[in-house]
Amino acid sequence: MTTLPLEPVPPPLEQTTPSAEPRWRALRSVDRSDRIYRRILTTLALALPALILVILGVLFVSALPAVTRFGPSFLWTSTWDPVAEVYGAAPMIFGTLASSFLALLIAVPLALGVAIFLTEFSPRWLRQPVAFLVELLAAIPSVVYGLWGVFVLIPFLRSYVVPPLKAVLGWTPFFDGAFYGNSLLAGGIILAIMIVPYIAAVSREVLLAVPTSQREAALAMGATRWEAVRSAVLPYGRAGLIGAIILGLGRALGETMAVTMLIGNRHDIGLSVLQPAYTMAAAIANEFSEATTNMYLSALFEVGLILFVLTVVVNAIARILIWRVARGAAVGSKAL
Amino acid sequence: MHRRTLATLGIVGTLVSAATLLTAQVRLNGAGATFPNIIYQTWILTYNQKFDNVEINYQSIGSGGGIRQFSDKTVDFGGTDAPMGDSAIAAIGANVLHIPTVLGAVVPTYNLAGVTQPIRFTPDVLADIFLGKITNWNDARIASNNPGLDLPRQDIIVVHRSDGSGTSYVWTDYLSKVSPEWLQKVGRGTSVNWPVGLGGRGNEGVTATVRQTPGAIGYVELGYAIINKMAVGVVRNKSGNWITPSLESVTTAAQGAMDDMGPNTDFRVSITDAPGAQAYPIASFTWLLLRKDYPDAAKSRELVKFVWWSLTDGQAKAPSLGYAPLPKEMLSWVEARLKTITSGGRPAWRGPTATRS
Repeated sequence: MTTLPLEPVPPPLEQTTPSAEPRWRALRSVDRSDRIYRRILTTLALALPALILVILGVLFVSALPAVTRFGPSFLWTSTWDPVAEVYGAAPMIFGTLASSFLALLIAVPLALGVAIFLTEFSPRWLRQPVAFLVELLAAIPSVVYGLWGVFVLIPFLRSYVVPPLKAVLGWTPFFDGAFYGNSLLAGGIILAIMIVPYIAAVSREVLLAVPTSQREAALAMGATRWEAVRSAVLPYGRAGLIGAIILGLGRALGETMAVTMLIGNRHDIGLSVLQPAYTMAAAIANEFSEATTNMYLSALFEVGLILFVLTVVVNAIARILIWRVARGAAVGSKAL
Repeated sequence: MHRRTLATLGIVGTLVSAATLLTAQVRLNGAGATFPNIIYQTWILTYNQKFDNVEINYQSIGSGGGIRQFSDKTVDFGGTDAPMGDSAIAAIGANVLHIPTVLGAVVPTYNLAGVTQPIRFTPDVLADIFLGKITNWNDARIASNNPGLDLPRQDIIVVHRSDGSGTSYVWTDYLSKVSPEWLQKVGRGTSVNWPVGLGGRGNEGVTATVRQTPGAIGYVELGYAIINKMAVGVVRNKSGNWITPSLESVTTAAQGAMDDMGPNTDFRVSITDAPGAQAYPIASFTWLLLRKDYPDAAKSRELVKFVWWSLTDGQAKAPSLGYAPLPKEMLSWVEARLKTITSGGRPAWRGPTATRS
């Protein structure tokens, strides 16, 4: 298989074949500086994993009072009452997952559509400008998205999107209740817009890496352009595409500012996307500065710990998924 | 002999230069509440221009952070909108004084198209709206207090602060005083378990949500509402009068509360629902946290001088920045308290006349 590698194959690090041994000795003086160099690089490389462990440790130690007091029920109780000092994180865990899932639901078709258009169907002159503009979305600060959401998106949703949605789907539990503006829907949409550039950019790279021979083969078999994309290009790059989606999901889980401005910040679990909700990142950002008691602070640290673990688990699942689906062959799997 | 003289001279010299260094530049660090940040920064700037031997920093990191840093002694003074609790004070060996600096108030604000006159709220109506028991603007209990106002049939959407804040503390403290049900179900705090509503981040977040949501009601700081020319409600006070929130009515509330406080107060008092015919009921002090005893004499002297200046000359700046000044009658009480601050067993500050330099 003639894959275009995403990155150049790194040269072998060491060549300690017996024949090279005398030459090594001749280069003793160089060897010493090499050792220092290697040591520095090793330290730098190990510093990052160490940092993660330290963060995890600090989170755990700080969360310990809450962990011992509330136990595992912290995960499924939904009262968050700083006055009575009773804390349960279920609404935030739910809100984080629900808003991210909603964001993926909207962003994935959009981003994949953009990527497929740009690699397969777009006229050459349009590719660069569109790709550039889509990626520019990633450069907009989160708080600007939040402002835009409050002043443009929510009024737009209220006037033009929610009334027809309710008319058609109002009977389902997902569109139940009154729409106040700040809601899971608004938060999910803003998240979707924010993660589209990530998914689109990586997907585009993945699709570009699919060898032309694959397309030509499909077309030669009499496939239409769409059939070629569906049956040859997408399966070939699926591991990379899943990776792109997971990258977007990771970003959605941790996004704070824009979400807290739009999601309504309400400790509630509800199926309806029209209702306000809360996310873990938003709660930490909101409540940390005025968390006056130790238990309150500790509960927030535990929320942070859960968010941390959740992100790690999501990434781990993604990797397992890629390994299972890809079995090493398809493009993009190496990049992830 | 020679050597000893030289050594003594050297030590004396070092001490002298150290002393001049100390008087030349005292650095005071503070952190805490965001609500008084604007006036604290203005005070610090003005004070620095007058007395350049002191350098003061105040970081507005929130009341909770202020109390924490003050308790950990990483700052020389703290700022808070909610007084420290008894257990928190005991935890630091009671080495703290609460000094009120200015007053703030919290006002109801709403978004109701077509209603031009300010809406009047009784305490129980406010509490029941925030409890989720009054859910429509045409509720008879709102209408009966607002004859002549054509209140639309529209759902009430409650907006509260999502971040912990002194503003929420004052608001919930008031509701706890006027509504037994609120006290029992929700209580008072910088953040509480809100029975209903949407959360907005900061005064600006609540304002934006209220403005964008027809039928919304929220609460913001009075100064913020004044500067942004927002529609604010009229609230009935303890004496039964309808009070339009204003800086004067807030200072009046503090005056009204003074009888209950008495001259020996530690100032950790809530002045919500204060007596006084013209007192606005949802008001509060904001406090500086000072230590009763400081290890560093120069620091403590300069700090108390600054605080005293803020409470006297500095007060004139308050109204233009949206803060209500302290009642003048309270100054002698604060002065007495500031005089108790010591450094190494000796008073840090002997009163306003002694500090004139």
